[in-house]
Amino acid sequence: MTLPQSDRADSAAAEQSAVSAPPPIRRRPLRRLLTTSPVLMSAVLLFLVIVFSAIRPDAFPSLANAQNVVMDAAALLVMAVGMTYIMIAAGIDLSVGSVLVFAGVCSAKVMGAIGSDNWGTVLVGLAVALAAGLAWGLFNGLAITKLRVPALITTLGTLGAALGAANLVTHGNDVRTVPLTLIEFGVGGPFGLSWIVWVAIAVAIVGGLVLARTRFGRHTYVIGSNAEAGRRAGINVDNHLLKLYGLSGLLAGLAGWLSLARFATTTIAGHSTDVLAVITGVVLGGTSLFGGFGTVGGTVVGILIPTALSNGFIIVNVEPFWQEVATGFILIAAVYVDQIKRRARDRA
Amino acid sequence: MSRLLEATGIVKRYGHVTALHGADFSADAGEVVALIGDNGAGKSTLVKVLSGVVAPDEGTIQIKGNPVTLGSPLGARAFGIETVFQDLSLAPDLGPAENAFVGRELVKPGLLGWFGVLDSSKMRRQAADAFMSMGTNLMTLLDEPVATMSGGQRQSVAICRSIMWASEVLFLDEPTAALGVVQTRNVLDLVRRVAARGVAVVLISHNMQQVLEVADRVEVLRLGRRVAQFRAAGTNIEQLVGAMTGALDGSAA
Repeated sequence: MTLPQSDRADSAAAEQSAVSAPPPIRRRPLRRLLTTSPVLMSAVLLFLVIVFSAIRPDAFPSLANAQNVVMDAAALLVMAVGMTYIMIAAGIDLSVGSVLVFAGVCSAKVMGAIGSDNWGTVLVGLAVALAAGLAWGLFNGLAITKLRVPALITTLGTLGAALGAANLVTHGNDVRTVPLTLIEFGVGGPFGLSWIVWVAIAVAIVGGLVLARTRFGRHTYVIGSNAEAGRRAGINVDNHLLKLYGLSGLLAGLAGWLSLARFATTTIAGHSTDVLAVITGVVLGGTSLFGGFGTVGGTVVGILIPTALSNGFIIVNVEPFWQEVATGFILIAAVYVDQIKRRARDRA
Repeated sequence: MSRLLEATGIVKRYGHVTALHGADFSADAGEVVALIGDNGAGKSTLVKVLSGVVAPDEGTIQIKGNPVTLGSPLGARAFGIETVFQDLSLAPDLGPAENAFVGRELVKPGLLGWFGVLDSSKMRRQAADAFMSMGTNLMTLLDEPVATMSGGQRQSVAICRSIMWASEVLFLDEPTAALGVVQTRNVLDLVRRVAARGVAVVLISHNMQQVLEVADRVEVLRLGRRVAQFRAAGTNIEQLVGAMTGALDGSAA
């Protein structure tokens, strides 16, 4: 059977064009970008800034206050970078605020015991804080991967245990043996920003690049998206999760050391809602509570929202407890939106 | 001449239940072999044994005449054996190119590679080439998460991924069970193209019509044993069903 001449010519032409022209790529980068959480949240952040500035034009939109906000956000951001990894891997770490306190207490105690005031002491303090944080993180990771205790319960347990241990070490009193060298480190820095902020920025940049560009980051997404698929593809899932919880603990330890630099004391009672702010920031930044999706860039924007809210409420003389009320409901709303997005996608 | 894959006397027990009672199986390069059997005949267990997921209690597996121990799915892969499981094992939040390289990511050369920095453009290119050469339309979907794709497209991603790495044997567990007519057609065409490259394709299916249409040979399991082998050409559905249920004895192919 032969085709009519014209049809054959058409199909030949079609084949020709199919070979020569690259297939049309279905991408709408601009539209996709505009509907992502980080961009939406930047808009929300801008809205908050405008509202607070309108209410208190004399106090909110000042350089000093902006410095305050980023300073408040810095320690939270350090913890939020670790939380981003963990939540992308479909886990959760509720213990970060308590681990921060425990690491700060250990660090301050050791620096106090050394007694001298120089960079050597401060760096020993840093090492102690990192080690203390890492130890809690690895404990979380081992309990989750080896004992198969759910992450929610394990880290809820260490949330209590780390804070209790910190109180045991200090008998419930804040430790004020923070060397002046460390306090000075927290005060000054280039471009009017404290070194504390620069450390947080560095953590976010390195964390963001590793997550987006490396095999370690890719495996994190795979595990959160379909751990069984990762296992079948030869990824050592338990080992990877252990590293992630270790990383989260390590970063909480670093945040504890930064917090000493900022407050010159251990602020034992001041971090009970850190984990709420951190998780809210990460979720607002577009990281899915169910794993597989998220970016550190989103977390950077997301973490500024609870911080700006807190700062703004204080400045406009709303009782600061409202910030916790608001953050709590924002978290619930953000997860609800995440659920809807996910359901819509899976139905497609 | 020795066969590409030959399993003899495979026994697998789960506690008191014996799933395989000395099952045999063979496949040659470039052929599509259908593995059929009633529920509980041991198809899934046999595929798990042959793809390294479970270790057999007894029996030998030979690849090109050499006895081998697969040990794990990774061990099976080292012999060029890939499996597309019924659940596909895809990461739904990642795109098709990213899925194709899960666990085998390519890194950049030099110092960056030492830090594990991914060579994303190379992976995309290689995946796109594979999708193109397999005659799928996945190249146009490289940036879509797998979760947004249709069942047939997901199946294509899973099969293409396995084909990229399967140099010898490809197991497909019920690849068309969840698909519509057109998508099923595409997947079956894909199966033939893979076999044409010299890979042995083992198709596990319940659909007898489909089995006779796409397979070169059919092996029938019943109660944990191979009870019949057929050449697909010249065999009819009654014969297959008869062998599956034990009503007929199949003749050796």
